[in-house]
Amino acid sequence: MSDVLDVSAAAAIEQIAAGELSADELFEAYRARAAADDLNAFTWVANAAPAAVAPGAPLAGVPLAIKDLFCTEGAPSQAGSRMLEGYLPPYTATAVRRLAGAGAPLLGKTNMDEFAMGSSNENSAFGDVSNPWDHSRVPGGSSGGSAAAVAAGLAPWAIGTDTGGSIRQPAAMCGIVGLKPTYGAVSRYGMIAFASSLDQAGPLTRDVTDAALLLRHMVGADPCDSTSTGLPGDIALPTAERLDGLRIGVPPQLTGEGIEPGVRDVFRRTLSLIEDLGGTLTEVELPHSEQAVAAYYVIAPAEASANLARFDGVRYGRRAPDSDTLASLYECSREQGFGDEVKRRIMIGTYALSSGYYDAYYGNAQKVRTKIADDFRAAYEQVDLIVTPSAPSVAFPLGERVDDPLAMYLADFLTVPMSLAGIPGVSIPGGLSEGLPVGIQLAGPAFSENRILEAAHALEHAIGFDGSAARREGR
Amino acid sequence: MIDRDQVFHVARLARLRLSEQEIERMTGELSSILRHIETISGVDLDGVAPTSHVVGLENVLRADEPRPSLPREVVLEQAPDTDGEGFRVPSPGT
Amino acid sequence: MTPANYEPVIGLEIHVQLATRTKMFCGCRLGFGEEPNTRTCPVCLGLPGALPVANAEAVHYALMIGMALECEIAPRSIFHRKNYFYPDSPKAYQISQYDIPICGPGRLGDIRIHRAHLEEDAAKLVHAGASGRIHSAESSVVDFNRCGTPLVEIVSEPDVRSAQQAAEWLRLLRVTLRQLGVSDVNMDEGSLRCDANVSIRPVGSTELGVKTELKNMNSFRFLERGVDAEIARQTALIEAGCTVTQETLHFDPRTGSISSLRSKEEAHDYRYFPEPDLVPVVPTEAMLDRARAALPELPAARAARLQADVGVAPDAARLLAFRPELGDFFEAAVAADGGAQPRQVANWVTGELQAALRDGELASAKVTPGALGTLVGMVEAGEVSGSAAKEVLGVLVHDGGEPAAIVEERGLAKAGGDELGAIVDRAMADNADAVERIRGGNPKAIGAIVGAVMKATKGAADGGEVQRLVNERLGA
Ligand SMILES: [Mg+2]
Ligand SMILES: [Zn+2]
Repeated sequence: MSDVLDVSAAAAIEQIAAGELSADELFEAYRARAAADDLNAFTWVANAAPAAVAPGAPLAGVPLAIKDLFCTEGAPSQAGSRMLEGYLPPYTATAVRRLAGAGAPLLGKTNMDEFAMGSSNENSAFGDVSNPWDHSRVPGGSSGGSAAAVAAGLAPWAIGTDTGGSIRQPAAMCGIVGLKPTYGAVSRYGMIAFASSLDQAGPLTRDVTDAALLLRHMVGADPCDSTSTGLPGDIALPTAERLDGLRIGVPPQLTGEGIEPGVRDVFRRTLSLIEDLGGTLTEVELPHSEQAVAAYYVIAPAEASANLARFDGVRYGRRAPDSDTLASLYECSREQGFGDEVKRRIMIGTYALSSGYYDAYYGNAQKVRTKIADDFRAAYEQVDLIVTPSAPSVAFPLGERVDDPLAMYLADFLTVPMSLAGIPGVSIPGGLSEGLPVGIQLAGPAFSENRILEAAHALEHAIGFDGSAARREGR
Repeated sequence: MIDRDQVFHVARLARLRLSEQEIERMTGELSSILRHIETISGVDLDGVAPTSHVVGLENVLRADEPRPSLPREVVLEQAPDTDGEGFRVPSPGT
Repeated sequence: MTPANYEPVIGLEIHVQLATRTKMFCGCRLGFGEEPNTRTCPVCLGLPGALPVANAEAVHYALMIGMALECEIAPRSIFHRKNYFYPDSPKAYQISQYDIPICGPGRLGDIRIHRAHLEEDAAKLVHAGASGRIHSAESSVVDFNRCGTPLVEIVSEPDVRSAQQAAEWLRLLRVTLRQLGVSDVNMDEGSLRCDANVSIRPVGSTELGVKTELKNMNSFRFLERGVDAEIARQTALIEAGCTVTQETLHFDPRTGSISSLRSKEEAHDYRYFPEPDLVPVVPTEAMLDRARAALPELPAARAARLQADVGVAPDAARLLAFRPELGDFFEAAVAADGGAQPRQVANWVTGELQAALRDGELASAKVTPGALGTLVGMVEAGEVSGSAAKEVLGVLVHDGGEPAAIVEERGLAKAGGDELGAIVDRAMADNADAVERIRGGNPKAIGAIVGAVMKATKGAADGGEVQRLVNERLGA
């Protein structure tokens, strides 16, 4: 079976189409691996493929790991929270439905930071997830389970969600590809909301081609999501091997200070590869990205404070036992159901929206958001894409940063600006630093997914990253 | 900056019952986070329009066409407490 | 000071449930009286991951309401989240409009409109305690069928000066909304709900006093009694040297008492912010045209037209306009062309017809507009006296039929022409002393002659006509 587990999803689809591989065998091989998961990447694994995949379905039955933030009818959807322990939603998220319809059956639900709040997966009520490259380290977050599962070969591919970096950062730390699409490209219907104006679903895959393939079947306007736009054209499978004529911007604000030396080394090597491939490098200014983390940590918690208010112990989810008054029902259920980080963000968001503070916090953060989007618009008049590292460090040891929430927030500074601007970005493995993967982020203007994927494809081939070491473990 | 009383007030608004220790810890953590957030005030934001949406959509409206509702047993299935017809809660004012 | 030295200042907030087919943000059908929790879905239950999508027809109705109330329609309006925890609010926020409502300032009758906006209704909380009363119930049960019903909230300026005026204006608003066809406007069933903001101030003052909010008065009578009770309560407080506290109050129609509805320890902080799940509503020309085209003639416009174009007296015109069933009956009667003056027909419809109906509904009366028009025409032509016509109208209301036939059958035809002249001649001869007194400068003496004529005609003669004939014969 090891051959089966070593092929990419796109290659597996070809083999299934050619009759060389059975979809059932593939599902069972991954199911067995996921069930034996020792990374704690999964919170639930399917017993069997849900139903026969329609003949000719483009994704041919290649199984899919799904972040537990997506509602899946009849399968637990717990969002990493004690609050939703055992919750079985009566409906399935649009993105998941689309992918299932295209032939990607549900393999399992992956662990995550509670309600997608976190950058290390240490905020899950269902335990930490280990990084397959080094089990004593974090996989990144919040889509840490999805990233670890794909990197370790427990799943051929996965979907996650990215609010301020939650796909790109864990992809970087686990040495895989993770793409956050343009806001609105993928429906949010059925995705348990964290910060509604920022949340966006996307693929986590072994390579760029798989990311394109998965994204192709996720995107599309959805009548159930008023903010969904889809993409103007289809996602093409990337073929580029060169970057000739491509102008790539390097913003000093996101490539210098605050980034550890090992990451900077890999980034510098990537820049010279870009030039080798025919791309031109230009310095571009993103002056307001310095305030991005501050703005983000007002806007996202503010929206979250409202989005998470529905968890009140009335219609579903946890209810504190013996709550005999309405006040104690609310306060105790929420006290017991939510973890520390979620409470912290609810507190920040509630404060930022409260009477007398709205303008100084929420109002100003929204204005900074405008400035950040303007910065990107101006930059993309000079360049086609922007390149930065995806995370300022490699995967750090479990437990190292749990006591310093602010430090954890500040580490999001490379991915948060794109989220605020609603623009797409991909993280691809750029190499190793001290044996751990380093991610390179390519970001483009809104709806430039095809351009990003083509450039990422060319770069991926030039880099020649080998992720098989993480998959070999536990084989 | 935020003090203990404000933390207590905000926790009440958010319906979170925080222990004494949590309030203590939260006061310190929120203060340092808010101190960072306040760096925003260094930016000249005069005349800048706020962004609450990055999508340029408007008038996304649904035709007034009925769609099936969920069966009641499904609606009540995940509820912690029901009387078989609705969701039971302690009465307001109790 | 005496109460006469205070002036009430009242503003009304009205919630109107729209009669769309589906809810504001989901495809569930609207319900009233269905089994609990049978009209719900992930969206209106606030399930994790569900998202709202606004109902186009609700926006259309809101535009119609805004136009009917002469509101400025916002070129671009947005939704906000209004955050509060309560079991009737599944998301713990209500999607509503805040600083940019779809309808801005307007007017209905004498009262200015501050704004009108779209929002969603809350669920129903059934208090299941032994007494069924909120404070002694141990548990309550939530039914989400009503949750998400589209609402338009209409807020008036504080232009109302009495409880009676408040009720009268609410009637006008209700008729207007009914004419629009956008709501059932049924106060019993809660499709029209009224809150009142009440304050008092010394007469002549232009400052506003501290206001209280009187919640959910579910009939016109309760609105009137509640507001009166609150005015009295505030007056008593101020006269006693106390101050009015800003709070939300509940009027109990059974006892006539007013009590505080929400405990104040839970200070309100709704933390409004723009709803990120919805995009702006920007009425297009097509949307505005469609709303405009859907507007029927509204009561205020109808009253003006009846007055200016049809010549109906102001009071009658208002009554006909505010009671569309009477207005329609009137217009049909005029159109049937019984030869009567519209002004007279209007007086008969608003006066004699209403009196003949007593408490009955016009719809169940047998009288047709044509018959009434004919009857009024006969009165004008002098064919039947006023009092006889009232009798005919009574028959028409109960049994229907043709006025002429009823007059014939009952022998109510007015003695007229030569026949009446002969009777007058005889009466003058029989009452020569009265004739002398009139000639001597006492016009009141005519009464004896008229009385004799009436006696002779069993009342069928027209008193005015008799007077005219007497004066004619006296050369006056
Ligand atoms: Mg309201
Ligand atoms: Zn619904």
